[in-house]
Amino acid sequence: MARITASVYTSHVPAIGAAMDLGKTHEPYWQPVFQGYEFSKKWMKDNKPDVIFLVYNDHATAFSLEMIPTFAIGTAAEFTPADEGWGPRPVPKVIGHPDLASHIAQSVIQQDFDLTIVNKMDVDHGLTVPLSLMCGELDPKKDAWPCPVIPFAVNVVQYPVPSGRRCFMLGQAIRKAVESYDDNLNVHIWGTGGMSHQLQGARAGLINRAWDNAWLDQMIADPVACADTPHIDYVREAGSEGIELVMWLIARGAMSDIVDGKVQGPAPVVKHRFYHVPASNTAVGHLILENS
Amino acid sequence: MSLEKPYLDVPGTIIFDAEQSRKGYWLNQFCMSLMKAANRERFKADERAYLDEWAMTEEQKQAVLARDLNWCMRTGGNIYFLAKIGATDGKSFQQMAGSMTGMTEDEYRAMMVAGGRSVEGNRYLGEDGDAQAHRQPQGAAGHKKGA
Repeated sequence: MARITASVYTSHVPAIGAAMDLGKTHEPYWQPVFQGYEFSKKWMKDNKPDVIFLVYNDHATAFSLEMIPTFAIGTAAEFTPADEGWGPRPVPKVIGHPDLASHIAQSVIQQDFDLTIVNKMDVDHGLTVPLSLMCGELDPKKDAWPCPVIPFAVNVVQYPVPSGRRCFMLGQAIRKAVESYDDNLNVHIWGTGGMSHQLQGARAGLINRAWDNAWLDQMIADPVACADTPHIDYVREAGSEGIELVMWLIARGAMSDIVDGKVQGPAPVVKHRFYHVPASNTAVGHLILENS
Repeated sequence: MSLEKPYLDVPGTIIFDAEQSRKGYWLNQFCMSLMKAANRERFKADERAYLDEWAMTEEQKQAVLARDLNWCMRTGGNIYFLAKIGATDGKSFQQMAGSMTGMTEDEYRAMMVAGGRSVEGNRYLGEDGDAQAHRQPQGAAGHKKGA
């Protein structure tokens, strides 16, 4: 059967992608950011998954205000990196896993989560920046991402976004879905976005290092309590766009220590933890957890 | 029964909820159209004419022409959509975010490098943090105003 063996968490700041695409990673401003992912790139090579289930949000790219799905799963064979207005990022196209994605869609909907199924979708920096950070620079034509990716888009643009608790429960449903798939696949689940940042108004530029790190501690050690963090706490403490962090709880909910909604199994192993301010407007957080 | 909106007392912040989204529908959809290179060219060639093709309010059009992102947001704009205007103008996300504070680009960048804006005094309306209404604009522009 297929198994989720690890979860990866990372910010997906567009400027990080631009820094990689424009060859700026060695500039003093960017060096500390990329240093934080050196371990991760090696870990990816040593622990290559068969499929990545990548939770991210679309930033008014594939979804305008015409349609706003709360949870959307990409079941297509491939996904093209989007032109977000600055031209498409020069990265390889994203190969999907239609068979596993459709299987997960059916299973998760049967577990009472009403997913939107998407068979045609471009993917923006929310999805490609985490891949770049974990896999390094790749040639858009000659190279390929290390494995198929199932994009899973969460609405965090128009309020109300799904609650942390709902995301945490969804993660548990995704794990059940993966474990009911017959092929022996090693699956990683990634939660992306955050950490504290605000991109709007007189409060733009808000960063809350203490809150971010306390939230990280709690997400690792007491995810059930962390999932109860109300929306307003994210907005007030981590900035209006800090609310993206609810997506991390989908990945955390899919880890094997969570049984029937509670922490009952052995705690996951923290393989790597990194935090840095700033990348453009944002606090960068990053974590790798392995099931023990 | 009214909806629960616990986020209305956060200073310097407009939460893009269903009400804002309804108000800003055409403004945001106009922004979305700028994802296409041909539309960016047409917009740049004659901004007013291009805006007039959309069912936006006159105030929304004025806010776009003025590139006043705070004004755009008050009329229902969302930053991820408004970012398409910035992209059309060749601006980065940091330049756009900074423009909403009154700070110069250098001042805003320096604030971020120094660890970002503190949350202290900026959690609730009526406190004394730098994002509160009585302390705008920020940076040198604000000092000049006070002098």
